[in-house]
Amino acid sequence: MNLYKYASPAAFYPLAGKMVPWFAIPAALLFVAGLYVGFFIAPTDFQQGDAYRIMFIHVPAAWMGMLLYVLMAFYAGIGWAFNARLASMMASSISITGALFTLISLVTGSLWGKPTWGTWWVWDARMTSTLILLFLYIGFISLQSAIDEPRRADRAGAVLAVVGVINVPIIYFSVQWWNTLHQGATIRILNKPTIAPPMLAAMLIMLAACWLYSIAVVLVRVRHIILEREQNVARVAAIAV
Amino acid sequence: MSQFFYMGGYGFYVWGSYIATLILLGAEVLQLLRRRKTLREQNRR
Repeated sequence: MNLYKYASPAAFYPLAGKMVPWFAIPAALLFVAGLYVGFFIAPTDFQQGDAYRIMFIHVPAAWMGMLLYVLMAFYAGIGWAFNARLASMMASSISITGALFTLISLVTGSLWGKPTWGTWWVWDARMTSTLILLFLYIGFISLQSAIDEPRRADRAGAVLAVVGVINVPIIYFSVQWWNTLHQGATIRILNKPTIAPPMLAAMLIMLAACWLYSIAVVLVRVRHIILEREQNVARVAAIAV
Repeated sequence: MSQFFYMGGYGFYVWGSYIATLILLGAEVLQLLRRRKTLREQNRR
């Protein structure tokens, strides 16, 4: 099987359609499982009370915001460097979901900060850099929609996306580099986690759910973008939208 | 049961977070379904 064939939007369109349920259905199941573990099995935190249960959505959303940005910049860069249309379409598709998760992380963080820190917002390094991440997404989306010619829009967006990648490590390491009100990482790849197993489990299940959800919606959206941009696909796939 | 919704006094913040998430992700899914419908109608002949 020649995998490169799927770099063409026309070939990828039906494949993406077949892949969607394989991500959407497990995503739904894992959301239910994660919330069940998070609300019925994980015990009340002795310091933060039940407010910490916001973390089961806040932490995965914040990770998704960062990871999807890197993925978006990667695809945008590939689309730009190799003149690959499908990669640029993937970048456009990812931008919406990434922006949404970043917004969710800011909103839920705010709802956690109010009862825990006594304030909705502070201009600390992590929160400010996350807000910049949201602005980068919004900049990418509006830049693309402001330019009529799709390939020019892709190139302009790619420059912004690739340059903006520098913000992601800044967010990640902000809690170490600066003295922030935001707490340090709870889960580190190399260290032992500092939270109780059911809490960790709920967070990881929710992260998996968010990943699968993101892949499903990105695939659905990239199909829409393909249909809108590629007239030949629209004709062939008319019955299979 | 009311204990569960009370969340030790943090009910507004905890449920607010999950409702906000549900609204945002729900809006994304709804938007995709609407766009799919529009594209279907446009490409029908």
